[in-house]
Amino acid sequence: MTEPVLSVRDLCVEFVTRRGVLRALDRVSFDIGKGEVLGVVGESGAGKSVTGSAVIGLIEPPGRIASGEIRLKGERIDNLSPTAMRQVRGRRIGMVFQDPLTSLNPLYRVGDQLVETIRTHLPLSAAKARTRAIELLAEVGIPAPERRIDGYPHEFSGGMRQRVVLALALCAEPELVIADEPTTALDVSVQAQIITLLKRLCRERGTAVMLITHDMGVIAETADRVAVMYAGRVAEIGPVRDVVSRPFHPYAAGLMGSIPTLETATDRLVQIPGSMPRLTAIPAGCAFNPRCPHAYARCVAERPELLSRGAHAVACHLYDEPGVDAEALVQRDKVAAAVGRSRA
Amino acid sequence: MLAFILRRIFQSIVVLLCVGVIAFALFRLVGDPVNQIVSIDTPYEQRMQIRKELGLDDPAIVQFGRYLAKAARFDFGISYQFRQPVASLIGERMPATLELTFVAALFSLVIGIPMGVFTALRRRSFLSGVFMTVSLIGVSLPTFLIAILLRYIFSVQLGWLPSFGRGQVVQLGWWSTGLLTASGLKALILPSITLGLFQMTLIMRLVRAEMLEVLRTDYIKFARARGLSDRAVHFGHALKNTLVPVITIAGLQLGSIIAFALITEYVFQWPGMGALFLGAVQNVDIPVMAAYLLLVSFIFVVVNLVVDVLYAVVDPRLRANLQAA
Repeated sequence: MTEPVLSVRDLCVEFVTRRGVLRALDRVSFDIGKGEVLGVVGESGAGKSVTGSAVIGLIEPPGRIASGEIRLKGERIDNLSPTAMRQVRGRRIGMVFQDPLTSLNPLYRVGDQLVETIRTHLPLSAAKARTRAIELLAEVGIPAPERRIDGYPHEFSGGMRQRVVLALALCAEPELVIADEPTTALDVSVQAQIITLLKRLCRERGTAVMLITHDMGVIAETADRVAVMYAGRVAEIGPVRDVVSRPFHPYAAGLMGSIPTLETATDRLVQIPGSMPRLTAIPAGCAFNPRCPHAYARCVAERPELLSRGAHAVACHLYDEPGVDAEALVQRDKVAAAVGRSRA
Repeated sequence: MLAFILRRIFQSIVVLLCVGVIAFALFRLVGDPVNQIVSIDTPYEQRMQIRKELGLDDPAIVQFGRYLAKAARFDFGISYQFRQPVASLIGERMPATLELTFVAALFSLVIGIPMGVFTALRRRSFLSGVFMTVSLIGVSLPTFLIAILLRYIFSVQLGWLPSFGRGQVVQLGWWSTGLLTASGLKALILPSITLGLFQMTLIMRLVRAEMLEVLRTDYIKFARARGLSDRAVHFGHALKNTLVPVITIAGLQLGSIIAFALITEYVFQWPGMGALFLGAVQNVDIPVMAAYLLLVSFIFVVVNLVVDVLYAVVDPRLRANLQAA
């Protein structure tokens, strides 16, 4: 197996507050291979964005990486000096944020921001950098780039701005792009364009992508693998087909089950009862146990570890409980959900 | 842009006309100016003659028209007190006041902005704490007290700097400047600090608050994620975004610096317009008061015009609005 582009092992991120130390990420581990798209899903506050910020080294104090390792192409980047980390940011890891309307500095021309970033990372003259900026804008699908390069951000629409943001993230040919909800703030019709563009650009370059999103539709279309996060932990991770169509972790199953489809007519959306615990009150054992329909004594007593079977890994005791047929349990749930739907 | 400036100039003229009405009304409202000129035992005929010479027996509207026409040519009449043209009285003293306010404003910006940036970036450092404490003193101590304290320390105790006056001045045409001689520059230091200290602390606190605000924005986070150096992020991206409110406040404060110059000039016996105005108030020297009023409002209007134009220079979004408007 080739070395993954990004490898995160047992990453813990803590926030030191007056009420004590809050653990935002708790032993998170995952890999992303070359040219691979890893989707990261979960509710708000599950730790998706914190994971992204930790990888690119932008956790704001009072947050800090408490333990664990982040490796980029085998090289540790979580303990680099600020100067060394700055050379990784933008150069080897690009980032795209949620809201293109606020990601660009309103006072500078789009071209200035591109040229500035290109020249920070690549030894190019101002004129060469400008030529490259125009090429990049053309590549992300901005019409008349040689004219638009002198425009200000407010002269671009939301979708066009997100294209500019993509160009900025990709301008130094990074090995990894972290896209933190890149389409949440956009119109549905524009969302598809941006996702398609992101996927095409990264495939052409062999760039690995960490795609953080709420949108299961985007994940199903785009991601190769998907990680489901809950309360700062990875609940389930595996190939997108397996996790979306045959999720095992009860939380992942609930999440997938709550996606409305047109095939089965329903009056009522499926919900997971309760809500995600606050970071101050994560229950002992499995963080999902208060909401889990299958919880039993062991779930409260002992925290489940991620357990792999092939490419698919799940953090649930049922997965390795002797005498429990996990597949059957999931199937039973599905039938129950279907019955519930038709009854409702 | 040009249309915007022209419209702004037109509005400014309307404002100045309104101030002109008030200035002119001073003449009519504050007693009979003839009484201020003559002594008690001047005969009636002589009084009437003076009244005629000064044009005070014409209808008000004619007098107003004449006043404006003269004011437009910088002729503000004769001072009752000094028996000299007001324009030359003000002309003699204006350079002193303008140099003082200019240096004070420069001091408040050149010191205030970097201090604001520093306290925003190094919020927890000891020096930031010192700056914030000093700024609290600057905001809360009244001007005259600061002036007296500075004089006591630097002139009386240490004897480093002169305690009053303007030092030696050099005549450049009609403009007398203290900026070219050592004693003139030394004499400027204490009054400018006195005058600029409040503004400096205000600007420092404003820049700090705005910086903290801007540093939380997405585009700063994105600029960091692009791998830009801290210097580029802080001074290129963050500082420029704090400038619009700073320009607004600095512009308004420039006006109030000129107004506060009264007190500072008085304490340091600075031969500027402030002292002239105070004398005019004590002696009901209405031509001087009216001219001073017009001058100050003119300065305010010009500063505001410059501020509006600067907005557009700093922020391209406002430029777009101006073109659309």
